[in-house]
Amino acid sequence: MVTFYDKEVASHFLLGTAQYPSPQILSEAAKAGEVDILTVSLRRETAGGQQAGQKFWELIQNLGVHVLPNTAGCHSARDAILTAKMARDLFKTNWIKLEVIGNSDTLQPDLFQLVVAAEELCADGFEVFPYMTDDLVLAERLLEVGCKVLMPWCAPIGSAAGPLNLTALRTLRSYFPDTPLVVDAGLGRPSHATTVMELGYDAVLLNTAVAKAGDPVAMARAFKHAIEAGREGYLAGMLEPRDFATPSTPLIGQAVFS
Amino acid sequence: MKVLVNGAGIGGLCAAFEFASRGAEVTLKEKSTELSVNPSWQAGGMLAPWCEGEAADEIVVAEGAKAVHWWKKALPNEVQHHGTLVVVAPRDASELSRFSTQTTNHDMIDGNRISELEPSLAGRYRKALFFKEEAHIDPRRAMLALADKLQAMGGRIELDATGEPDDPAYDIVVNAVGMAEKDSRLRGVRGEMLIVRTPEVALSRPVRLLHPRIPLYVVPRADHHFMIGATMIESDADLKPTVRSVVELLNASFTLHPAFAEAEVMEMNSGVRPAFADNIPRVEKRGRQILINGFYRHGYLMAPSLAVQAADMAFELTNTEDITS
Repeated sequence: MVTFYDKEVASHFLLGTAQYPSPQILSEAAKAGEVDILTVSLRRETAGGQQAGQKFWELIQNLGVHVLPNTAGCHSARDAILTAKMARDLFKTNWIKLEVIGNSDTLQPDLFQLVVAAEELCADGFEVFPYMTDDLVLAERLLEVGCKVLMPWCAPIGSAAGPLNLTALRTLRSYFPDTPLVVDAGLGRPSHATTVMELGYDAVLLNTAVAKAGDPVAMARAFKHAIEAGREGYLAGMLEPRDFATPSTPLIGQAVFS
Repeated sequence: MKVLVNGAGIGGLCAAFEFASRGAEVTLKEKSTELSVNPSWQAGGMLAPWCEGEAADEIVVAEGAKAVHWWKKALPNEVQHHGTLVVVAPRDASELSRFSTQTTNHDMIDGNRISELEPSLAGRYRKALFFKEEAHIDPRRAMLALADKLQAMGGRIELDATGEPDDPAYDIVVNAVGMAEKDSRLRGVRGEMLIVRTPEVALSRPVRLLHPRIPLYVVPRADHHFMIGATMIESDADLKPTVRSVVELLNASFTLHPAFAEAEVMEMNSGVRPAFADNIPRVEKRGRQILINGFYRHGYLMAPSLAVQAADMAFELTNTEDITS
């Protein structure tokens, strides 16, 4: 179980809804991954009228999951705030995954605009899930302005590079033991998800790794298992690596028959 | 057999042609005053089932593979059968391996072979995938040619005419009206495209540029024209192309070949593709009515197969009735 802003969900797996071969396959992937939260974008889809993307969203809402609308494609705090307000009207939720893009090639977040937007949205009653880098001071600022969830990337969006800076991810976990932490973006394969879950992260958010897999449905299932494995491993308490081999049976006192 | 076909998009045109070529007395009704109003007018016209197999269902690949033959028989002079070339910018090399594992019926070729096939791209790419059995047609020429041939076979075309979906004056009514169909299963997926003109680039076949976020294709047309497409937006808003989409498409074309920087922008257009939840086009018979819809991005690829299936259904139906009556 993991709790995001007073809503408790069973799954530690959040899934994005872009780039699938079809909505049908997206829906099957979400079921196979036993996902409770799906993210949806609306910046592009609402051009020409708020209802323009309605059919696609209905397909998602019919899955009976929590919808986490995002502000993907927004390049300023102003743009992101407007999109968030539109999302609240459309999806009847205070949840918003806040993305403010600073670099349109790497989709690296604009951290300065992110804090500005997060502050205004939190003050307006939104429950903000900020897409951020793994910077500790940024995390502190976001918590100060009212965020109660943090979503650091582990590598650029869509890069499939896996966790590039485990030290930074560990630092966030140890500084904020009680804040739900979600790795958002950069995961490529199931073992990456296991790695970050073993650090004690509460959840991972994926999109491309599943959507662009040869078989998205099977890949969603694989990630589900990987996420659960990492989570259980973390809870079970893992051995730390050692510098030398330690025999499990003491050698001292062993009978010698030679 | 008297057949009414409603809708002169590529689905309706192919169905009307198929019925007429089997001897049916065909009337084609189109609510617009011109064929060019239809989204099919803005299509790429690629007959590329194996490339589409990256994301499309196996049935689209299998049925689409028959399309080249149908088009060659229907419009022998219109089909360009030179394959498809798939390239990638050096930094996105892994996209090419992903694409190759998710598709079939291609060869990985080197820079020398790329230069032989497309001299304009010489020295720009070291590796590419060549889908040699694929083909392309110019959708606008194809729509007009189908309409001409339909009329030559005795078919009637009525523009600015809305046909009844169950007109009792006909033995069979084919409804291929795209987004105008009242079917809650359909959704719209907007696509935006450009046409540019430059004599500085020459291509013999469609070239696809893979990109993690902005995949693009460039289809050569007559008189140094190139169609650049296409976006895929989960929206049924019938808008002109947006600045973001145009910028992305133009940037990607510039990446494919810098000479596109000096090309004239001739057209920017958009259309809303009708699609079912699984993005697979459907042909369904209910009594005398046959529905053809949901072509998504596979109109020119799948319309022949659906037309053949629709005609098979109809002729089987009338034969059965002949026997039982």
